[in-house]
Amino acid sequence: MTGHVFHPGHHALHGVTVLLETTGGLIYIGRFDSEDEAGAHLLDVAMHDSHGSDLPKEDFIRRTLKFGVRVDQKRAVIPRTEIARIGPLSEVSA
Amino acid sequence: MPYDPRLVAPMRDEMVRMGARELKTVAEVDEVLGDQRGTTLVFVNSVCGCAAGNARPALAVALRHAARPQQVVTVFAGQDVEATARARQYFSEYQPSSPSIALFRDGEVVHFVHRHQIEGQSPQTVAANLTGAFDRFCGATV
Repeated sequence: MTGHVFHPGHHALHGVTVLLETTGGLIYIGRFDSEDEAGAHLLDVAMHDSHGSDLPKEDFIRRTLKFGVRVDQKRAVIPRTEIARIGPLSEVSA
Repeated sequence: MPYDPRLVAPMRDEMVRMGARELKTVAEVDEVLGDQRGTTLVFVNSVCGCAAGNARPALAVALRHAARPQQVVTVFAGQDVEATARARQYFSEYQPSSPSIALFRDGEVVHFVHRHQIEGQSPQTVAANLTGAFDRFCGATV
């Protein structure tokens, strides 16, 4: 995170659009809401499955950075054990 | 459902004070964005205290830059719903988010700042993003 605490009193990523990559190769881009025993809760989410799409994940990310998050799920919960990495989308370079 | 107008009034006033014209109806949006010449910045305002709370001061800083858009207008997402939806039709290849900022030159979007580029950033960082675009697209040759 650069600069300010975004939402004081919440998880550091609350309200921040994140890129989450799973151990299984799925990419989720959405607004981080919270984290609990079920996993990470994201809102207004775009998901990319590199195994089921002709679009390479790099192109999916590049397109999202330029044109924004094309929401296909209002909410997604990703189990902690499946999270390979997560961070603000703004820190991802095309 | 829109918020109480009294709650959002300071957020509107902040935009007006920096010289932005509020577009509250579809007709007003079409009047400004329908047949554009020169440079126009559209600020999609939001009640989000953190993202919009950074974006409005960022724009205020950026508008003090030497190069700046000829027109600055604003629509308020979640408040002026029809006007916002209409404005977004003029930059429909970009996914809706708020706050967000579109810079037009002669009717074409030449720069866009998404919400994700505002979240967690300081107003100075967002302002630098904007002034970079102003230097490129709103210079003396426009």
